[in-house]
Amino acid sequence: MDPQDLRGSRVIDPITLVVLQNGLQQVCNEMDLAFVRAAFSPVISEALDRSDGIYHRDTGELIAQGELGLPVFVGTMQFSTQAVIERVKEQGITLEEGDVFIVNDPYLGGTHLMDVKFVKPFFYRGRLFAWLANTGHWPDTGGAVPGGFSANATEVEQEGLRLPPVKLYKRGALDAEILSIILSNIRIADQRIGDIKAQAAALAIGERRLTALLDRYGAETVEQAIGELKARASQQMRAKIAEIPDGTYEGEAYVDSDGVVDEPLRIAMRVDKQGETLTFDMAGSSPPCRGPMNSVIATTKSSIYLAVKHVFPDVPINAGTFEPLRIVEPEGTFLYAKYPRPVSGCAAEVSQRIAEAVFSALVKAIPDKLFAAPAGTSGNLSVGGYDPARKRSYVMYVISGGGYGGSTRGDGLSNGCSTIGISKTTPIEVMEQFYPVLFEEYSLAEGSGGAGEFRGGFGVNYKIRLRRGEARASMVMDHGRIGPQGAHGGEDGGVNRVRIVRAGVPYQPPHLSKDQGIGIAADDLIEVTTPGGGGFGNPLRRSPQEVARDVAHGYYTRNEAEARFGVSLKPDGSVDAEATMARRRRNGGDTARA
Amino acid sequence: MPRIVGVDVGGTFTDLILIDEGAGELRLAKVPTTPENQADGVLEALAQTGAALADVSTMVHGTTTTTNAMLERKIARVGLITTRGFRDVLELGRRTRPQPYGLIGSFTPLVTRELRLEVDERVDAEGAVVRPLDEAGVAQAARRLLELGAESVVIHFLHSYINPAHELRALEIVRRIWPNPHITAGHAVISEYREYERGVTAAVNAAIQPVLHRYIERLQGELSARGFANELLVMQGNGGTVAAGLVAEASVNTVGSGPASGVIAAAYTAARSGFPNVVTYDMGGTSSDVALIRAGLPQISTELELEYAMPIHVPMIDIHTIGAGGGSIARINEAGMLQVGPESAGATPGPICYGRGGAQVTITDANLLLGRLNPTRLLSVTTPVSFDALRAAVDQQVGRHLGLSSDEAAAAVLRIANDRMANAIRMVSLARGHDPRDFALFAFGGAGPLHAVALARELGIPKVMIPARPGLTNALGCVVADVRHDFVRTVNRPLPEVGPVLVEGILAQQIADGKAMLARERVSVEGIDCVHRADMQFQGQSHILTVDLPRADVTPAELHRLFEDAYWQRFGVELKEIRPVLVGLHTAVIGRRRPVSLSALAAGDPRATLADARTELREVWFDGVRLPTPVYRRDWIPQGADFSGPAIVEQLDATTVIEPGNRVAVDPLGNLVVTV
Repeated sequence: MDPQDLRGSRVIDPITLVVLQNGLQQVCNEMDLAFVRAAFSPVISEALDRSDGIYHRDTGELIAQGELGLPVFVGTMQFSTQAVIERVKEQGITLEEGDVFIVNDPYLGGTHLMDVKFVKPFFYRGRLFAWLANTGHWPDTGGAVPGGFSANATEVEQEGLRLPPVKLYKRGALDAEILSIILSNIRIADQRIGDIKAQAAALAIGERRLTALLDRYGAETVEQAIGELKARASQQMRAKIAEIPDGTYEGEAYVDSDGVVDEPLRIAMRVDKQGETLTFDMAGSSPPCRGPMNSVIATTKSSIYLAVKHVFPDVPINAGTFEPLRIVEPEGTFLYAKYPRPVSGCAAEVSQRIAEAVFSALVKAIPDKLFAAPAGTSGNLSVGGYDPARKRSYVMYVISGGGYGGSTRGDGLSNGCSTIGISKTTPIEVMEQFYPVLFEEYSLAEGSGGAGEFRGGFGVNYKIRLRRGEARASMVMDHGRIGPQGAHGGEDGGVNRVRIVRAGVPYQPPHLSKDQGIGIAADDLIEVTTPGGGGFGNPLRRSPQEVARDVAHGYYTRNEAEARFGVSLKPDGSVDAEATMARRRRNGGDTARA
Repeated sequence: MPRIVGVDVGGTFTDLILIDEGAGELRLAKVPTTPENQADGVLEALAQTGAALADVSTMVHGTTTTTNAMLERKIARVGLITTRGFRDVLELGRRTRPQPYGLIGSFTPLVTRELRLEVDERVDAEGAVVRPLDEAGVAQAARRLLELGAESVVIHFLHSYINPAHELRALEIVRRIWPNPHITAGHAVISEYREYERGVTAAVNAAIQPVLHRYIERLQGELSARGFANELLVMQGNGGTVAAGLVAEASVNTVGSGPASGVIAAAYTAARSGFPNVVTYDMGGTSSDVALIRAGLPQISTELELEYAMPIHVPMIDIHTIGAGGGSIARINEAGMLQVGPESAGATPGPICYGRGGAQVTITDANLLLGRLNPTRLLSVTTPVSFDALRAAVDQQVGRHLGLSSDEAAAAVLRIANDRMANAIRMVSLARGHDPRDFALFAFGGAGPLHAVALARELGIPKVMIPARPGLTNALGCVVADVRHDFVRTVNRPLPEVGPVLVEGILAQQIADGKAMLARERVSVEGIDCVHRADMQFQGQSHILTVDLPRADVTPAELHRLFEDAYWQRFGVELKEIRPVLVGLHTAVIGRRRPVSLSALAAGDPRATLADARTELREVWFDGVRLPTPVYRRDWIPQGADFSGPAIVEQLDATTVIEPGNRVAVDPLGNLVVTV
């Protein structure tokens, strides 16, 4: 669309509009920063598993969101803000300055129980102007296993404490009674007061900054800008969509299992593009499952939003961004879980499979803007136990990265973080300071990158030995059965592998990537290999020099160079051009490159 | 009387300032930088001053050799000897991805995988040896690395920050084998936990050590061949200098020294004019640097990243860079909204008005169109671009999309650019608990003074300072910088368990180490200052808050109070429930060099009256109208002059725009002080 057309719709001068867009964004960025710097939960402070935003007074729609918020919260927080607004209306709750609601109910616009949202009415000159909200991943909210990632819960009650929207702060004062209920129901409660205060303080900072913005530009102008920015974001997204050829594109992805029944769960994704609209239909996906791999609708929608944002990263995020995306609600599938289906795996794992299904459909439509599938698992490993030397209980989390998919822009990144995260892994030296473990290895998973003209990035191998006491290990990972999908002739990436060696005897989880409460004792070993990224394009077209370089680095063996890339190397490691040409001709015909 | 030379090698120009305090004389030189061997440009600049090298008492050199080597990856071939099982730490890192959205990107480790070798050894988090060091294995690895062509080597073992015994032993073994001094042990560069950050910092050191070593040797050789026999000092990223003879030992400290020396000059100059609290604002062609100075001291950070996944955790001046400079491109996006930067036209093709083939509207073009820059610039380029062509481009690329005239469109470009820069300043001030209104804005760099007054208005900053020579600020920083050594030591213990002896003991050791370094350098200093800081957190947190310490004999109870105050200021949170932890202690040992008088900088060619300093009356666009605006030549402005905007002050290396209604005074040191 010619930007010229916009001049008619102008309600606010275009320059002030840009200034206010940046100003609203900055309010959110500052909330993000304050929350992460003050938080105690390493999942928030290091893994950045949190998000802050501003939401519409009446509709709860997203106005602006911090740029460094966790991607999976794109969109979900507007659903939880909407749930709070509804609750307020239904029950005739009076809103006062300084109130803060707390909510983590997955079925009320949430994700899993560990994502605890604070929602605060923001008043300007005595009038409700907007909502400020943030969400932070708490290390524990009670339930069957430390950390909340039960791999085989069958009801949400087994997953932890579920909070409907209640006022945790009333007129600025922390409610001691509600606080005591919360702290009596979660593990390692002593540090949570630090996170609660950090989470509330971030909203208070947002309040101050937003007030300053309104003082300067006037509430009316800012309100006009909010409406206009929504329209502009929608227009920008439509312009991106318009570049996709009209048509219907099918994609799919599989979750290894639900953790209870050992069968893969299928996500069917039909993306229909007409004009300036994309419709996502997941009909034909597996029915609701017994284990915790159900997704609530808020998370399902959010996963599609974040996938699209990964494809068009420069579109700003507000409610308008999502307008041109139509999602057919997947009633009757595991992607629309209802009470009391267990859901702990939805935010961390199912969300990433949904995104992968979107990528696998769109890579057919716009290959140059896409990539083969990334590792796409958060690789949650939790080890909870008692340290006899320090006389204390602990819960340790290991979150790991994996390979990204190749794309026409190059090979995939090795050890990239999950699709839904932007987390840094916790340093080994920090883990060993806090927990009675010794890492024996942390290395690149050779061979795990899917072969392709642009190969996938590599996953990681790590080995952890328990030094003393006893502990229970649980894990919710994925891609144990099938690796991340290759694209346009590229191979799939390597699979996720878990092995636990107890008293010298190896044990493999029956569901490969999910298990719970595996008892381990001193000297037992946990070994994990994370997935590699999918390859992009025919591996026989990869430059033989690049294959030789990969072999020199030890990324692939010489045998793999021959078998997977059709490249023969001389004894000194350089390319044997003749043998390569012959081999590639034999395997790939005309498409091969020698 | 001493003659001091400061010479700063920038990306485009090598700037030199010679101050002869005895004669009250100032000599300046500006020559193109010679990227192949920066020493050629340095010698050329010296020759331009006509000064005899034998008469120079001290020469301080700011060099981009190491920063460029890193950014362009023109680095040494580095080998790594590390703990068995962990050779990929430097490749895998704590990887995220380059951008939050978009699942693409790449990363090339500093040490290629073939040159990363493992040996048996292991120390745990308490410092206990779990597996003894395989000494023969270390020797074997070192020999293998030499065979593979490594020029320098890093020894990096897990938990060496708490027990460096294995690294120290390995160092001894490698020293006996390695043919040059380029051996870096991780704990010796920074003694901080986090294996990736410590390992990368050490690897950066090793990667640039041979490069810096060769450069300094060559420079020193050429200087002494020309009769220079006195002090040669090199600028570091912490804003201090170090003797050239020692600089290569900790090469990593020289990364980022160019921008740091600008901040040092700002601190020095502003303090002498009565402004101890300053936000510095250095705008160049592609980016702008912002830093905060409190009580005359630039803020230091040990958590900076040179680029994606490239942490450099040595103490450096905390400089925040944003992608907005004179060459930043203005465009309308698909939402019909005007965006300025971060794409830049750079120096080539550059802004349209440079006449080098640039076709996209930039910030510089907008300034020119609005009369803020001298239009004769259009004529001074090789292939001049006409005003009409420039106007047409602004219309075509910006104005017509927004329904604005070309003047309005150019003004819009500046407003958006200023807004972005103001937001960046808010992030380094407000977001860290400081109110920008308590600071003065110190503007330098080629384009800083063009935007400073408008920016200060935007931020509510009451005073703007433009130094006498805005384009030579980095070189001036070299002249005035003190000698400085920083020490960081991990403690990582809850404060109640920290006895007063421990804190005092560590700080005393750091002071002693610093003084020993100063003694080795044999640089003439007037006195020694020690500045101490503590990194603290509440137990269970992973981020730290740095607290300035008043003295070296600070008690744990005082530490507790200082931390709580700082925490309240930063987050507005009180946490009586949780114990604070002392994460680390930091000391800067500063050898104060003799203060340099800046009065020579002010010397110009003052006219009798301000009116005589006026070169023209130009129509300049301000807030919707073109106003007849006097243009002054800076070196003609008389001492003590006092005038109001609108006005433009031009000098060789910068143009200052004074917005209507703002008052300007010229202070005795030649700085323009604008009351906003």
